Amino acid sequence: MKPSGAGVSLRRSQPRYGERVIEAVLFIAALVSILTTIGIVVAIIGPTIEFFREPSVTVWDFLTGTEWTALFAESQQEFGVLPLVSATLVTSVIAMAVAIPVGLGAAIYLAEYASPRARRLLKPTLEVLAGIPTVVYGFFAVSFITPNVLQSFLEVGTFNKLSPGLVMGVMIIPTVATLAEDAMTAVPQALRDGAYGLGSTKRQVATRVVVPAATSGIIAAFVLGISRAVGETMIVALAAGNQANLSLNPLELGQTMTGFIAQAASGDQPTGSIGYESLFAVAALLFAITILMNFVSIRLVRRYREVYE
Amino acid sequence: MTVTERTPPPPSAPQTPPVLTGRGHDRAPREYGFRTVLLICLGIGIVFLAVLLVYVLLEGWPRLDLDLFRNQGSQISPATAGAQAAIYGTLWLMAGTAVLILPLGVMSAIYLEEYADPEKWYNRLIEVNIQNLAAVPSVVYGILGLGLVVRGPLSLGPVLLAGMIILALLVLPVVIISSREAIRAVPDSIRDGSLALGATRWQTIWRTTLPNSVPGIATGSILALSRAIGEAAPLVIIGVALTVTFNPASVYDRFTTLPMQIYSYAQRPQEDFIILSSALIIVLLVIMLAMNSVAILIRNKYQRRW
Amino acid sequence: MDISSVRRRLAPFAVAGAAVLVLAACGSGNDPENTAAEEGSDSESLSGSVVVDGSSTVFPLTSAAAELFAAEQPDVQVSVGQSGTGGGFEKFCVGETDISDASRAIADDEIAMCEENGVTHDEFSIANDGLTVVVNAENGWATCLTVEQLNAIWAPDSTIANWNEVDPSFPDEPLVLAGPGTDSGTFDYFTDAINGEEGASRTDYQASEDDNVIVQAVQGSAGAMGYFGYSYYEENAESLKALEIDGGGGCVAPSAETVQDGSYAPLGRQLFIYPSAEALERPEVEGFVRFYIENIDEIVQAAGFIGLNDEQKTTLSDQFDALLGG
Repeated sequence: MKPSGAGVSLRRSQPRYGERVIEAVLFIAALVSILTTIGIVVAIIGPTIEFFREPSVTVWDFLTGTEWTALFAESQQEFGVLPLVSATLVTSVIAMAVAIPVGLGAAIYLAEYASPRARRLLKPTLEVLAGIPTVVYGFFAVSFITPNVLQSFLEVGTFNKLSPGLVMGVMIIPTVATLAEDAMTAVPQALRDGAYGLGSTKRQVATRVVVPAATSGIIAAFVLGISRAVGETMIVALAAGNQANLSLNPLELGQTMTGFIAQAASGDQPTGSIGYESLFAVAALLFAITILMNFVSIRLVRRYREVYE
Repeated sequence: MTVTERTPPPPSAPQTPPVLTGRGHDRAPREYGFRTVLLICLGIGIVFLAVLLVYVLLEGWPRLDLDLFRNQGSQISPATAGAQAAIYGTLWLMAGTAVLILPLGVMSAIYLEEYADPEKWYNRLIEVNIQNLAAVPSVVYGILGLGLVVRGPLSLGPVLLAGMIILALLVLPVVIISSREAIRAVPDSIRDGSLALGATRWQTIWRTTLPNSVPGIATGSILALSRAIGEAAPLVIIGVALTVTFNPASVYDRFTTLPMQIYSYAQRPQEDFIILSSALIIVLLVIMLAMNSVAILIRNKYQRRW
Repeated sequence: MDISSVRRRLAPFAVAGAAVLVLAACGSGNDPENTAAEEGSDSESLSGSVVVDGSSTVFPLTSAAAELFAAEQPDVQVSVGQSGTGGGFEKFCVGETDISDASRAIADDEIAMCEENGVTHDEFSIANDGLTVVVNAENGWATCLTVEQLNAIWAPDSTIANWNEVDPSFPDEPLVLAGPGTDSGTFDYFTDAINGEEGASRTDYQASEDDNVIVQAVQGSAGAMGYFGYSYYEENAESLKALEIDGGGGCVAPSAETVQDGSYAPLGRQLFIYPSAEALERPEVEGFVRFYIENIDEIVQAAGFIGLNDEQKTTLSDQFDALLGG
């Protein structure tokens, strides 16, 4: 850089093209993420449009039909997606019924009750729960939970929605717990101290001050948990079954949206066949639901967000 | 109860919980009851984890022998079947995915942290996009792979290269986010010092900022890779074979991985396959544990406190 | 901290990473190059790849053949898929696979597709099979079903959901059905034999191309029923019960004898492999098929299948000799 006496500006007197090139290269690298999203949309949209162009399919029938026999012979094919949606719904509700209270409880304990040493020990243990591959959970559900636990008390077959729902719930506990705990530790101590100063017990502080103050983060934690439950594939593919079944009974088998996608894709549908296209249509529905939940989550978080000075 | 009777909370770190006093309501059964409920919540997760690990260990222990590494998978003799092809597949996949995510992830992180003007719409779009991608289910990445990589324009078929690309795209958002944090953690004073000595922006990054963020980047990448090799859903969607009896020799070869084998064996009802599944799970968990330990070691040993 | 000290610290990890790659590269050992130029005789070492796909019923048999073959010819990579008989033919007739496994004979429209794409198929019947109808081991009430009863259960518009609708003397137990999907030759054969029309079946059952999933489903419910090839029943005989079938001539249980002598009707059938004439020109494919046929007894034994009877064996070796003059 040439010294130019008093009033030297840090701006370069000559443009450095090398720097510009480097910046451009880095920018292109960052664009890969945009390309990924575009790729996802393109990959899904194309076959989905082809699917709805088929004469035997209409959007209305797809969204409201109650029979799904996409992989059967042409004369028997029905494309009503409600059975798949019902199974996704049941397994996700069961999973959240486990993950929300248990995750929140664990988070409250970690944030408000645990000593720093206990927290240093317990948090990583929960993280391990989150790090176990989902295929291992699926294996555990179908080879241990269903035969040993469920069949000892209930009338269930090898494939049912209760087993994967419960296992998914436990898998999601760390997701909910970590985010909720982060939200709670972000609440300023001043709020707690004020409550303690007024004579509250720890339970009252936790439930009446900290949790309400951390609502937006806790809601975000719940919604993220639901997203994970809806998008989970391996656990339901192994433990819920292969038959599209419109039923809200968790003791029956069923096939979720993700389970169907896995079955259709591994059955080697020929490219361009209506069975192949149907799997993309279901994926499009799944993607739309995920985006919608993300959107709802952002809205709710914004609505309940507390701003501390 | 007056204010003076109350033991004030220690004024140190904000999150130290106050000592339970003997006075007033803190010892009420409702308090202990609540605390017990919370502990049970914590316990449910931990007990489940323990049961799962114990079950897998008990089932798989008898089969943890050298045959697992020496032999290929077998239909006719599950008692001596191995998983050599799957182990090689997993290692290949790990190496290839690492090669893809490290340059892309670090370059994107550098761009976003050092060069990007956060006011510009396209930079904000990139940021929001990365946050979104991190939350997309892995099935959708499988669909992306099926539609564009395995069939469609690239038409690679269910080969190693396709698996590497898809898994790289899957964990790239996580790598970018953690690399950004590592780069952000380097104080501006270090950068300013370098610039003041006459270095260009790139020289500052390459010679000062980046070397100091390497531990954080390495930790984040290893954790992301560890997650990537445990994934089965995207590979199932792109049609990766469940039974492969040869080791891949190039990125254009078909392959299988440990999670895929576990998925395949988990669908078999015979006891032998349950044992085999459990043994493979142990191998996979050991690999992941090793990777996570390396990551944590790096973090603890090389982390600079500024 | 300058870059050279960083490099020093990262060196061990780089070495470890390189070691992994080297291990991966060296350990594979197999040479996947196609060797069109190599002369193929039995004593020479062959190399190349053979791609097989098709029936999930035949899959264990061909896999057993591939494993035993690999002991003799370790440089030939044989990959076996199980997309179903129909799925297998779709790939075979466009030249994507060398051999198609099938649990039913090739259909007319498939022959047409093959001819359109210049693929000439050869048909070898390599084993017998008895399509076995199984129920849960705790099912104590059903021992023998007639073809008419099976038809009533599995017909396209059937609404039978309980065992006592099959036969009033059966208890009140919900009927849970599992079976192969529509790409399966077993599905085609069963629907043809029981419902009179190939592909005609009710759709509300647990369908899977993987017969092991059917086994799992039947094992799990007391009132479950499923059907698949005999070898899958044999492998799981302790936890499943095979029904006797009355095809008009009395109740016959499936077994090696009743299938081979033809008395297990109408659910006795043959299993096939279809190598393409074009693929057979490659020495590794010819070597594999020759091995398969010459050692069919050992392979059938290893995989737990029902072998050919003497008459069928003579036909097989005659066919092969005629084709390849070997």
